Amino acid sequence: MRGFLPFVASRLIRAAIALWLVSTVVFVVMRLSGDPVPLLLPPDAPQSEFARVRAELGLDRPIPVQYVVFLGNVLRGDFGQSIHFRQSAFRVVLGYLPATFELGLAAFALALVVALPIGVVSAVKRNSAVDQATMGLALVGQSAPTFFIGILLILIVSLNLGLLPTSGREGWPSLILPALTLGAFAMASIARLTRSSVLEVLGADYIRTARAKGVSEAVVVAKHTLKNAAVPIVTITGLQFGTLLGGAVVTETVFAWPGIGRLAIQSIYNRDYPVVQCTVFISAVLFIVINFCVDMIYGLLDPRVRSS
Amino acid sequence: MASSILASARAEPAPSRARRTRGLAAGGAVFVALLLVAALAAPLIAPADPIRQSLRGRLSAPTLSGADGKAHLLGTDHLGRDVLSRVIYGARVSLLVGFAAVIVGGLVGATLGLVAGFRGGWTDSVIMTLADAQLAFPFILLAIGIIAVLGPSFPTLIVVIGLSGWVTYARVLRSQVLVLRSREFVDAIHALGGSVARVITRHVLPNVLSSLVVIATLELARAIVLEATLSFLGLGVQPPTPSWGGMVHEGREYLDSAWWISTAPGIVLMLTSIVVSRTGDWLRDLLDPTLRGE
Repeated sequence: MRGFLPFVASRLIRAAIALWLVSTVVFVVMRLSGDPVPLLLPPDAPQSEFARVRAELGLDRPIPVQYVVFLGNVLRGDFGQSIHFRQSAFRVVLGYLPATFELGLAAFALALVVALPIGVVSAVKRNSAVDQATMGLALVGQSAPTFFIGILLILIVSLNLGLLPTSGREGWPSLILPALTLGAFAMASIARLTRSSVLEVLGADYIRTARAKGVSEAVVVAKHTLKNAAVPIVTITGLQFGTLLGGAVVTETVFAWPGIGRLAIQSIYNRDYPVVQCTVFISAVLFIVINFCVDMIYGLLDPRVRSS
Repeated sequence: MASSILASARAEPAPSRARRTRGLAAGGAVFVALLLVAALAAPLIAPADPIRQSLRGRLSAPTLSGADGKAHLLGTDHLGRDVLSRVIYGARVSLLVGFAAVIVGGLVGATLGLVAGFRGGWTDSVIMTLADAQLAFPFILLAIGIIAVLGPSFPTLIVVIGLSGWVTYARVLRSQVLVLRSREFVDAIHALGGSVARVITRHVLPNVLSSLVVIATLELARAIVLEATLSFLGLGVQPPTPSWGGMVHEGREYLDSAWWISTAPGIVLMLTSIVVSRTGDWLRDLLDPTLRGE
């Protein structure tokens, strides 16, 4: 475990700086957005009323003071009142969080279940028709825009074949297409990475030794190869989980999935800035926490990472 | 990982694969050429005005003789506008925003990378911490927050998309500067009174030019997709200006009756993204294999 504590400390500092930067950007953008008070009051409210609300929100104080107060509020999860929902923005966002988690986990599970076998088979049957077809598809999956994958799936699977619902969140059938859309990029990346990791291990000396000993090909792949190919796969897979959150905004909008991504977009249309800021911030926290955990797991698995 | 890719490349049955690769490359080149022509000469080649509406010719399927007696090869949308013309004008928007964003990101990234490399010390630490922090975060969320507040406009869009991609340029330039700084001839240039600008233009830039070309190509693909995504979400290019992402969004409601409104721009966008990013991969393998894994 030598060197692990400094490694944890450096990653913690990095995570903290990232959070501070995100909150600062949110603050700056909020100040750039101009005066929120006219959004809160009817247009014919008296001038005294405007002054009262402005003082209540602390907008009459100097900018540096506002900034410090804002950082304190962020730490306490206080992003102000949602203009649309008329309750704490933080609570609103928390209410939409489970749907996003459900979608994210389903997408991630689906990506793994599909991508790992494909990657292994592609590597073992290198240059076969299966390999070329799946890797070609993976290349498309990596560069196709998420929203258009979703539209195509709706068009083909829901509308033409009539198999699955086009939108909403009612039971597991409505989860499949969004999960496939959100997981497509991760699926393609994991499949390609699995293929190259397995290929690399298959070329190693100890595999040649195992084969020379007369170990059957199935055992070579299952026992000697997969275990050694696992470390890079675990890492990249973990990092993919973080990026899924970014894609959730798009996927949830396409499929009208009631998670925080769609909430963010709708709040923009409603000009409900407290909710927008809170969603951006909470997503950032989730992303940073997940990446931190992945870093820790990687550091535990592979001591070489700690020094970099 | 690189070694396995090399090994697998060696083991391919060479002739058939080479022929197919050549075919794909030629197809990609033709596509890029078509796209550039469409973007540059949109007013000359588009069959119709991309924003002129026609209530009588609404939601017409792809046809050679529409309600107005004209051909609509890709049909018309819910406002009777010619989809082909809108896709052609959309190429203009996509490439304009894409190239402009790449230039913004490249200038900012290159400048910060050079400054970090030459100044060192805490300047370097601050810049590289910023880079790490930005990577530790899905930028699309921040982009959404910023555009939501500032309002969508071409300049905002270009700056936000551009700034989302400065980190890679900065890292490459910084490490090149660090490599050169330890070399004696750079000290000699300083001793002889040569300026930093001279070191940059004569020694740093020529060395990183191929890396920059590779990064810029991959960034172009990313910028085009990000613009389309933001436009799809209603935060990018605003109607009635045609943009591929916006068109996919507009056609979303008519998917079951008029599938062509969404799919035509969507397929062109997907092809663009695939062709440009594959070109980037190809340039990388050709010019600078060390960038693999970025």
